[in-house]
Amino acid sequence: MSAEEKSMSIIVTKGSLDWAYPPFILATTAAAMGLPVTMFFTFYGLPLLLKDLKLQVTAAGNPAMKMPMAGMHVGLPNLLTAVPGVDAMASVMMKNLIKKKGVASIDELREAAVESEVRMIGCQMTMDLFEYDKKDMIDGIDIGGAATYIECATQADINLFI
Amino acid sequence: MADHTLDAKGLNCPLPILKARKALKEVPDAGVLEILATDPGSVADFEAFCRQTGNELLEHSEDDGVYRFLIKKAA
Repeated sequence: MSAEEKSMSIIVTKGSLDWAYPPFILATTAAAMGLPVTMFFTFYGLPLLLKDLKLQVTAAGNPAMKMPMAGMHVGLPNLLTAVPGVDAMASVMMKNLIKKKGVASIDELREAAVESEVRMIGCQMTMDLFEYDKKDMIDGIDIGGAATYIECATQADINLFI
Repeated sequence: MADHTLDAKGLNCPLPILKARKALKEVPDAGVLEILATDPGSVADFEAFCRQTGNELLEHSEDDGVYRFLIKKAA
């Protein structure tokens, strides 16, 4: 183990397929490098703790989202992103791309996080607000509020908000 | 000679690191883990991983798009 042990916390606020990657990649990698890690899931990040993940990308309002296609990078015109089914289609394309490029799935990364003892805290207020039930969430998580996170953040060397 | 070989070819960030961490647990102290990877980012990543964890990167090389790392586990 490293001589000087650092630790990290991440506030996870977004729950779309693409935004789920940065927190889980950083948390699992930091844990693999020997850092104790805490993830605090709040607002739209909270559903990332559900047992059954149904993640999608949202093309609307995301002009930087371009997919490689036939040697080019193709984005969706704003108007088209509002058409029903377009997000589902873009999500299928993204998931195929993820598989093809040897990128981990979010399920896989989350399992790795659990395995490497990343502490995951679900936000109580968000559970009340959006009516989520702890029994629908993965095992081993803690439930807490802002004070729970702040206490952890005061002890962490790296605090990220994603 | 390596005590253990991890084939991480075809895997992208951060999987080679995550799998290496797991594989190192199977290696005895001061033993050597050999890792094969195709992710070009893994070169900088394994250097950083070793600096942070105290394991020693004995050598790395590249042959036809396959990166080979030898990591000596910290005793």
